[in-house]
Amino acid sequence: MFELREVFFDYDGVPALQGLSLDIAKGERVALLGANGSGKSTLLRLLDGLYPAAKGAVLFEGAPLTAEHLQDDSFTLPFRRRVALVFQNPDVQLFNPTVWDEVAFAPLQLRWPKEQVVARVDETLRLMGISALRERPPYRLSGGEKKRVALASVLVLDPEVLLLDEPTATLDPRSQSQVIDLIQEWKGSSRTVITATHQLEIVEDIADRIIVMEEGRVAADGATGQILGDRELLLRANLVHAHRHSHGDVTHSHPHVHSHGKHEH
Amino acid sequence: MSGRFLESTAMGFARAITRAMESERIARQRGLLQRLDPRVRVVGLLSLILAATLTRKIGVVAALFGVAVLLAILSRVSLLLLLRRVWLVVLAFTGVIALPAIFITPGTVMARTGALQVTEQGLRTATLLVLRVETAVSLCSLLVLCTPWAMVLQSLRALRLPREAVAMLAMTYRYVFLLVETASQMFESRRSRRVGILPGAEQRRMAARTAGVLLSKTVETSNEVYLAMQSRGFRGEVETLSSLHMTMWDYIGLLLFLLAGAFAAWIGR
Repeated sequence: MFELREVFFDYDGVPALQGLSLDIAKGERVALLGANGSGKSTLLRLLDGLYPAAKGAVLFEGAPLTAEHLQDDSFTLPFRRRVALVFQNPDVQLFNPTVWDEVAFAPLQLRWPKEQVVARVDETLRLMGISALRERPPYRLSGGEKKRVALASVLVLDPEVLLLDEPTATLDPRSQSQVIDLIQEWKGSSRTVITATHQLEIVEDIADRIIVMEEGRVAADGATGQILGDRELLLRANLVHAHRHSHGDVTHSHPHVHSHGKHEH
Repeated sequence: MSGRFLESTAMGFARAITRAMESERIARQRGLLQRLDPRVRVVGLLSLILAATLTRKIGVVAALFGVAVLLAILSRVSLLLLLRRVWLVVLAFTGVIALPAIFITPGTVMARTGALQVTEQGLRTATLLVLRVETAVSLCSLLVLCTPWAMVLQSLRALRLPREAVAMLAMTYRYVFLLVETASQMFESRRSRRVGILPGAEQRRMAARTAGVLLSKTVETSNEVYLAMQSRGFRGEVETLSSLHMTMWDYIGLLLFLLAGAFAAWIGR
């Protein structure tokens, strides 16, 4: 579905992606793992056609995601319907006066018929359990509610590819669990889900494949169990850290993962 | 300008926004204005505001102010709320501007205290200015209090205001909350790390730095918002769904508003 060939990208000279190459197939559930600044969010934005690659090629079903190509409505309108990105900070994604308007924004921009927009928005609000919030302005929502509305605002399109940037970051445990449950529901469907995160504890639940990123490059790529079992790799990629503590008189250190729900040694 | 002043300004702004949120409750009540189509409210109240600003007769402005009070009562807007939020605030601000006019406008002297003299023309000018602003702001407040913000925007769009202008207005209203929140957090964080009172120059430097950081955050947020819009199909023009319908009562209301505005402007010219 996606092919990246020797992709480079930088922010005003500061490199973010450095010769990245990878393929993502239809229906895959992929986690992009990496410490802050490893290039996960940038990669998602390239996959969503928001940033053009400085060098190299990003292809969606063989079509290049270049600025010129994305100006062509005959390509962009179906592409935007099929590929959706949920931003890390829901505040930047919720810019409409009410929750209903927020969820209706994408279908309206894609020029769906009015009746279809109304029916689909109402259905999405119901499915996401946020019908009661429909008239509320986004600034009056809690963090968990904002995240659900941000998800609803792209799920309304029923996209084939979902790009999720830190979907559970800053959420309380209950809201985290709700989001993970939602992603788990898509398992076995034809939907491709690419999730950027640095929270190891949720990865097993949301991905079958892990791509570990380090300084804008792929440090490792493999099945979830295989990557999570490689503690040396995780330590090197700053995803776990050596933790020193005492049991009675004995003090020792070992790799350590923080989690709201689990505490793994 | 001291850091403390900026701090209290930001806090005051946050309080004002909290009050704006409360006003949505009023907008959902079933009063006279709330029952009218939002486009009628926008055009009708704007025509009365225009009449209040054009008229030169105190009696006519006072009558328009009376209309605003009547509309507030019929729309279930508390007069106490208007007194606290609008009338006293406007009186304080406009009063400061209008006060000198009482003494410096030449004309028939009504009273004299030392070097100062109160003239009839000065008093009339000051009264007209204060009353005019009170009326205009009251009518404007009624519009905002009785209409959910989303509907105000929808009405402006229905009245052919350019899409870009309405979208900008919507975004400004939306993101001012986020910026105020950020500013409040920055002030709190600074306060938590401060011991004692800083000298004035240092406070000014801090205020300037805070403003700079806020500005760069604004730019960053606007870039992110633009990307988020693009990601959901935005290509330069915001498509909206209009669900407004005019009834016979809306047309009657519109006619009455326009007639009242035109009549007030004509007799007050």
